[in-house]
Amino acid sequence: MLQLNNISKSFNEVQALKDITFEVKKNELFGLIGPDGAGKTTLFRIITTLLLPNNGNAFVNGFDTVKDYKEIRKITGYMPGRFSLYQDLTVEENLKFYATVFGTNIKKNYHLIEDIYSHIEPFKKRLAGKLSGGMKQKLALSCALIHKPEILVLDEPTTGVDAVSRAEFWQMLKNLQHKGITIIVSTPYMDEAMLCDRVGLIQNGNIFTIDQPDNIVNSFEKQLWAVKADNNKFKLITDLRNHPNVESAFAFGENIHVSLHDNKQEIKTLEEYLSEQGNQKVVIKQTKAGIEDVFLHFSQQNSVTQ
Amino acid sequence: MTNEPVIKVKNLVKKFGSFVANDHLNFDVYKGEIFGFLGANGAGKTTAMRILCGLSTPTSGELNVAGFDVKRQSEEIKKHIGYMSQKFSLYEDLTIAENMMLYGGIYHMRHKDIKLRTEEMLKKLDFWEKRKTLISDLPLGWKQKLAFSVAVFHRPEIVFLDEPTGGVDPVTRRQFWELIYQTANEGITIFVTTHYMDEAEYCDRVSIMSEGKIVALDTPGNLKQNYQCDSINDVFIKIARPTEA
Repeated sequence: MLQLNNISKSFNEVQALKDITFEVKKNELFGLIGPDGAGKTTLFRIITTLLLPNNGNAFVNGFDTVKDYKEIRKITGYMPGRFSLYQDLTVEENLKFYATVFGTNIKKNYHLIEDIYSHIEPFKKRLAGKLSGGMKQKLALSCALIHKPEILVLDEPTTGVDAVSRAEFWQMLKNLQHKGITIIVSTPYMDEAMLCDRVGLIQNGNIFTIDQPDNIVNSFEKQLWAVKADNNKFKLITDLRNHPNVESAFAFGENIHVSLHDNKQEIKTLEEYLSEQGNQKVVIKQTKAGIEDVFLHFSQQNSVTQ
Repeated sequence: MTNEPVIKVKNLVKKFGSFVANDHLNFDVYKGEIFGFLGANGAGKTTAMRILCGLSTPTSGELNVAGFDVKRQSEEIKKHIGYMSQKFSLYEDLTIAENMMLYGGIYHMRHKDIKLRTEEMLKKLDFWEKRKTLISDLPLGWKQKLAFSVAVFHRPEIVFLDEPTGGVDPVTRRQFWELIYQTANEGITIFVTTHYMDEAEYCDRVSIMSEGKIVALDTPGNLKQNYQCDSINDVFIKIARPTEA
């Protein structure tokens, strides 16, 4: 459905994308995971024909993003990161406008947006600018869907959205996927990676891994330990980093995830050391890596080699 | 953290017409505490935070921030707090040191103190060599750390952080929290909102707002125990129903 070949893009000296090659299959839910400034938006703007690459080419359903941009725009629904609907039009007027621009009407494709639009329909006479964050997001998604696109490109749809609304939003995406739509979505939230069929991890314009989220997590070779104590976390993390056998120590919720230089050394020695330093009720357990662990270790290696 | 309250909120009510944005909020925040202020979008967090910063007046209730009455002494409050939002941080066309000079000046710090404080903060961050770099030439992670440093530059008693880590990469996000810990250890109180639920676990206490009310307030450990959840994320999904249908 989507094929990218050696895409590069620079803005003056800044290389935003470096030789990006990957494909997204038909009806796949593909996630692009990375922080601000990684190159996610630049890539999405190239896919949606809004920006020209310096090198490489990209195809959406066989259409070239440079030559056949008109065809691509007909079959693509794009939800940019910044809310870009008309704030001075009502909810209903916005939807009608987007339907008309694409030569269709709300009635014809209502079945596609019903799940989502029904939440905001009671407020259809309200100005879009007066909606709450979660409602704006639902309206923007409805507008991106109203011309029945084959592929949906969503740029950070859940940034700044609370955990409950985020969970609901992902449920909506799953429903759309079941209706046959291919979805490519970007997010800075690592936990959302697990909800995609495949993900690409991107940083500094490079995609460093593309795979099913389970495979990415399972291929992580380092043994990780979850360390917990009853006192100040800053002290615990500082003490851990001062220990010669500790390779890395990162906060993860209530625990600190630790990797060691030498795993043969008894974990009990570390526990004793932490207690000696005055940490209370130290508990150390083996733990499984998550996507965020993989990301952290990769960016650490990356900054060392740079 | 101590038992000395620096924020006291009694029966805070804020109405916009017939809409009740804050419905009888009651809580204290202690000196040196890291206080997480959570809630769904539209739950009333920003409204309450603006009132605490002296930027909006409550409809009713008694509020004291850093020893000053919110209704009568809002200008005093502004001098004693720091504020950092996700959007606005620093002047892009000024250097790091110039930004610090500007904020120090706004808070009426003496020239000599500004110089000393700039050196102290930038050396701590390992940024001293870069002090003459324009903000526009810095990566986002650096900007976030500097924005935080500027917010605590005048040694406020409380610093309010409104989603300080949105979109920031995982490494920087953790470095940012280590800065928060250091600052709290120095006795500055941290009042922080976030949508990253793992960050809620880094707070001393967490409050969760829903539909204008505080529906839970406790340590992360107690919240998880009381709601029988493995993480704050699960607690949040259980109790913070969004206001919209």
